[in-house]
Amino acid sequence: MKELRPGRRETAATEAHRAIEAIWRIESARLIAGLARVVGDIGTAEELAQDALVAALEQWPVEGVPERPGAWLMATAKHRAIDLIRRRKTLELKHEEIGREVERAQEGVDLETAIDEEVGDELLGLIFTACHPVLSKDARVALTLRVLGGLTTEEIARGFLVPVSTIAQRIVRAKRTLAEAHVRFEVPGGAERVARLASVLEVIYLIFNEGYSATAGKDWVRPALCEEALRLGRILAELAPTEPEVHGLVALMEIQASRLGARVGPLGEPVLLLDQDRACWDRLLIRRGLAALERAERLGDALGPYGLQAAIAACHARAKSASETDWPGIVALYDAVAQLAPSPVVELNRAVAVGMAFGPAAGLELVDALVHEPTLKSYHLLPAVRGDLLRKLGRSEEARAEFERGASLTENVRERALLQRRAAECAAERIAG
Amino acid sequence: MRVLIMAKEGEQSESAAPPTPEAMAEYQKFNEELLKAGVVLEAGRLHPSSQSKRVRFDGKKRTVIDGPFAETKELVAGYWLWQVRSIDEALEWLKRAPYDGGTFEIREVVEYEGM
Repeated sequence: MKELRPGRRETAATEAHRAIEAIWRIESARLIAGLARVVGDIGTAEELAQDALVAALEQWPVEGVPERPGAWLMATAKHRAIDLIRRRKTLELKHEEIGREVERAQEGVDLETAIDEEVGDELLGLIFTACHPVLSKDARVALTLRVLGGLTTEEIARGFLVPVSTIAQRIVRAKRTLAEAHVRFEVPGGAERVARLASVLEVIYLIFNEGYSATAGKDWVRPALCEEALRLGRILAELAPTEPEVHGLVALMEIQASRLGARVGPLGEPVLLLDQDRACWDRLLIRRGLAALERAERLGDALGPYGLQAAIAACHARAKSASETDWPGIVALYDAVAQLAPSPVVELNRAVAVGMAFGPAAGLELVDALVHEPTLKSYHLLPAVRGDLLRKLGRSEEARAEFERGASLTENVRERALLQRRAAECAAERIAG
Repeated sequence: MRVLIMAKEGEQSESAAPPTPEAMAEYQKFNEELLKAGVVLEAGRLHPSSQSKRVRFDGKKRTVIDGPFAETKELVAGYWLWQVRSIDEALEWLKRAPYDGGTFEIREVVEYEGM
């Protein structure tokens, strides 16, 4: 027999580990969804899936990666599920419930096939459960990235710049909350579906936005989070193809993501929309975004809030240069957003569009009406927008003060530098003027 | 990251005949799985090389060469653009593709700075 050199064996083991990581990424959501249907809660399902992963990490580097790794993981997890149910039964905990569980487990003797057939619905059930409104926003985000994105606790913590223990705690608590609230693993229907879907979309967009304009830290964008959110959105669009707002959100994220490469200057500084080099926009993502927007438009009578925001993003994407932007069209779309989902932030955006369409004085009038809005009290973009309009009106000194106030309100280092630079430019203009 | 998958299907690349319905169904099933996993950004098939042209550059000189081309093994018959987290993930997906011949190449697309 040929002797394996230690170096080579190590390489084989490393290769197996990398394969396991990739396979986990592909299979974990379906695995957890399939198990959750059998055991009833996603906390237990995730633990069983993790057990199967540990078994793979022990066996595959030695025995090689099986031909159908997904089926192997499922079979391993299923055995553990049945063991667990038997153990629970011997402990005589919750008689009736366990009876049902065993029944369910036995029904699903060929769990693999069952999962292959119904994977769509189960995954959807998993998304709805992880984004259940009984959980806090932070908890929903962490749990979704963990059970649907297949991310480790460490990866999530890195994405959100918080300690690993914080994310671990959030996930543990989220699972406990779901168990205590007896949240059923299912795809809701009727009126409940509308509200629950809104919660799912909110979670996905929160993840996207944290990547798109990081609220804290030294980087202005963290594209990995945008990619995770986009992927979740694309999956959801395949699983729930008749929901117009799902396509609306996907369209919005695709078009916004198309600008990621143009949004950051050579020194890591932010470049605002109208200053961006449009040649750097990703045409593929724009095309995908416009197609998703078309799907949303075809499905409903009128666009929802995400669809409308996507339509606004599409106006920018279609304009060959900043000066060719259809600003009156954007104002009309913001009017529609304000009707459906009124908020001070929407009003602020509308004011920017009005300023571009009908002149800075008209925009400033709208912004001034927002100055005492309590929810915008520490929102750095309010003074930033106001400063911009004042500057266009030649009121450099007032503009400078606004940019400085904006700079003091943001936690993001890059954004603060940008606002400070604008303040300095205003000061220079004043001296020159 | 984005990866480009180039399907070098060998003899099949040059065949104008459409694939059998069974092969099509298998392919569609796989493609749907990829779509449901949010992996596919774009996909396309190419006509046989008899309908294609090449331009060779030599200093200022351009020479146009008409197909078909001889090196059947290297001819690309179709492509996918995938969004994945690693080359390993692309590899795991590709291994599941329902093909029984040919060579498929995975190439990572260069992303803009800061990615």
